[in-house]
Amino acid sequence: MTVRRILVQPVVLAALGVVVIVLVLTAVDDFRSVQLTQMAYLGIAAGGLTVLTGLNGQISLGHGALMAVGAYTTALLLQDDEPMLPLLGVLVVATVVTLVVGAAIGVAAARLHGPYLAGATLALAVAVPGIALYFGDTLGGEQGLRVRVPDAPGWVLDAAYFVTGQDLTPSKYVAFLGWGTLVVAYLGLAHLSRGRVGRRWRAVRDDEVAAEVAGISLGRARVSAFVVSAAAAGAAGFVMALSVRLAAPSGYSLTLSLTLLTAVVLGGLGSLTGALLGAALLTFLPQVVTDAGVSAGLDDIRAAELAPLIYGLVLVAVILLAPAGLSAVSAPRGTGRAGPPRRENPHEHSAQAAAQEVGRHDRRPHLVGPGRRLRRRRPQ
Amino acid sequence: MSGARPGLAMQDITVTFGGLTALSGVSLEARPHEVLGVIGPNGAGKTTLFNVACGFVRPDSGSLSWRGQELPRLRPHDLAGLGISRTLQGLGLFDRMTVLDNVLVGADRDARSGFWSDLLSLPRATRDEARLRDRARAVLDELGVASYADRYPASLPYAVRKKVALARALVAEPELLLLDEPASGLSDAEMSDLGSLLRGLTDRMAVMLVEHHMDLVMSVCDDLVVLDFGRVIATGTPAEVRDDPAVQSAYLGEAVTDA
Ligand SMILES: Nc1ncnc2c1ncn2[C@@H]1O[C@H](COP(=O)(O)OP(=O)(O)O)[C@@H](O)[C@H]1O
Ligand SMILES: [Mg+2]
Repeated sequence: MTVRRILVQPVVLAALGVVVIVLVLTAVDDFRSVQLTQMAYLGIAAGGLTVLTGLNGQISLGHGALMAVGAYTTALLLQDDEPMLPLLGVLVVATVVTLVVGAAIGVAAARLHGPYLAGATLALAVAVPGIALYFGDTLGGEQGLRVRVPDAPGWVLDAAYFVTGQDLTPSKYVAFLGWGTLVVAYLGLAHLSRGRVGRRWRAVRDDEVAAEVAGISLGRARVSAFVVSAAAAGAAGFVMALSVRLAAPSGYSLTLSLTLLTAVVLGGLGSLTGALLGAALLTFLPQVVTDAGVSAGLDDIRAAELAPLIYGLVLVAVILLAPAGLSAVSAPRGTGRAGPPRRENPHEHSAQAAAQEVGRHDRRPHLVGPGRRLRRRRPQ
Repeated sequence: MSGARPGLAMQDITVTFGGLTALSGVSLEARPHEVLGVIGPNGAGKTTLFNVACGFVRPDSGSLSWRGQELPRLRPHDLAGLGISRTLQGLGLFDRMTVLDNVLVGADRDARSGFWSDLLSLPRATRDEARLRDRARAVLDELGVASYADRYPASLPYAVRKKVALARALVAEPELLLLDEPASGLSDAEMSDLGSLLRGLTDRMAVMLVEHHMDLVMSVCDDLVVLDFGRVIATGTPAEVRDDPAVQSAYLGEAVTDA
């Protein structure tokens, strides 16, 4: 293996990432570490979503709702002063519960395409906060559930002091938990994307019929992508609940789902680096923009209104100028990442093939007889 | 009429789409070590025939058997597991995947590692992947396109892309290969290459070939089935079919000139 190939191994990247995370979290104050935790949970959820959308071609407007499932599960398990499970156990349960919910949705979603899928997941995003209100007794209604974050165990405090030379504050503890979760989640996602599982996902995205003929079950590929992606959202919900110390409907509105989708599009569909970049942008941009607005003489409210405007503009700019996302601007062409479909040269298509393409539709009736299932796909 | 090991047999297949009869009472058999050609004018039902063989279209009546076993509820993704590969009319390549990855998808059913070994990137998964990669490269090499392994299909000449599609079908090491217009868009030289390649495949598999180019069909096929408006109007060796008056009037008369 060349040095380059060793360096891009996910495990190596993860190890480097851990070093960077420790250095950064040691250097920053509590305020920044809370922001970094936000970046971590947005990043985890966006990582799962980028796999679903970028590698498998399924869109989800409901990932914020899946995060809510993870967050509420976490909150329910962390109601008492004495937690019933260690945090790692809470993470596992939150992930598994969300995964199961995701599987149910994935089974339904596997039959849907494009706008229908967007619509169905949108319904999810809208319905889930409603569920929290409906079961107000258990889920705390509008106010939501408080989350009691347990103190870091003694050995963690000792270890943190040993490594960073500082006492571990509660918010840094959560930041470490969040970024630890991110590293593990990204490692798994990266392994899946570059392996056989990811290849199946991409094949289904690019050409359903050809994938099916090659022996890939479309349903299984789609559901597995949705399940993996939901699991990431659940883990993200866990981190968010710890960070916000609250699981309330307002935190998991449609806006969160759209934010995640924005992160994924900004970063470049299908790229985990891109998802992280997008999460960073969404976390830090509002602050930067608001500060700039204030120093340019705007009052606070006006300045705060700048951020959504800038988001929108950045998003439009990225889509126009770098449709493969920010992460593709620097990446060399053809690194194996999912880029945009390259436009094929029409002249390479022989005139004859083109003629057949047209002729093929000539004798096809437009009506499908009664009682016959409409087929959404058929190889030619 | 079949040998020791029967191949794919279709019995009395009828398919209608709304009021249109795409296939009507079609019977045929693709035998091991032979190339069966299916010809007929555009819209005759050739692709539909393949779609029936692949489980994309369920026939209104008639039956399908493979190696002597009926396949009543065939689903397309079962096909590869049964040892049947198909190329699509057009290309059907995965445009955002490299050529090598495209071919690897064809080898997917032979992967032994599963979800968990992939997730954890266990040595088992890595070894398995390396084995399949070698196999995919070998097939690309056999077809003379190994040098394109790391490229994306859309950037390649049409003939190369056709070969990639063929490689993806061959890497599964099928016992029956269904080829839907493999020569469309190829030059004469490329077509005669394809002809000898197909002949060479018959010691490993049965081939069923839908093709418009009569030169290729006549030189490669052992047997022909001629379809017109969903009906079999002639069967036999290429020479017999060529001399059949029904074929001449329905088909050859107008289009021998290779559209
Ligand atoms: N799924 C379908 N729905 C409706 N009509 C179809 C369908 N598939 C094929 N047809 C029609 O059936 C006839 C045979 O088509 P096809 O099998 O594609 O012909 P060929 O491949 O021989 O050119 C054509 O008239 C075509 O329009
Ligand atoms: Mg056809």
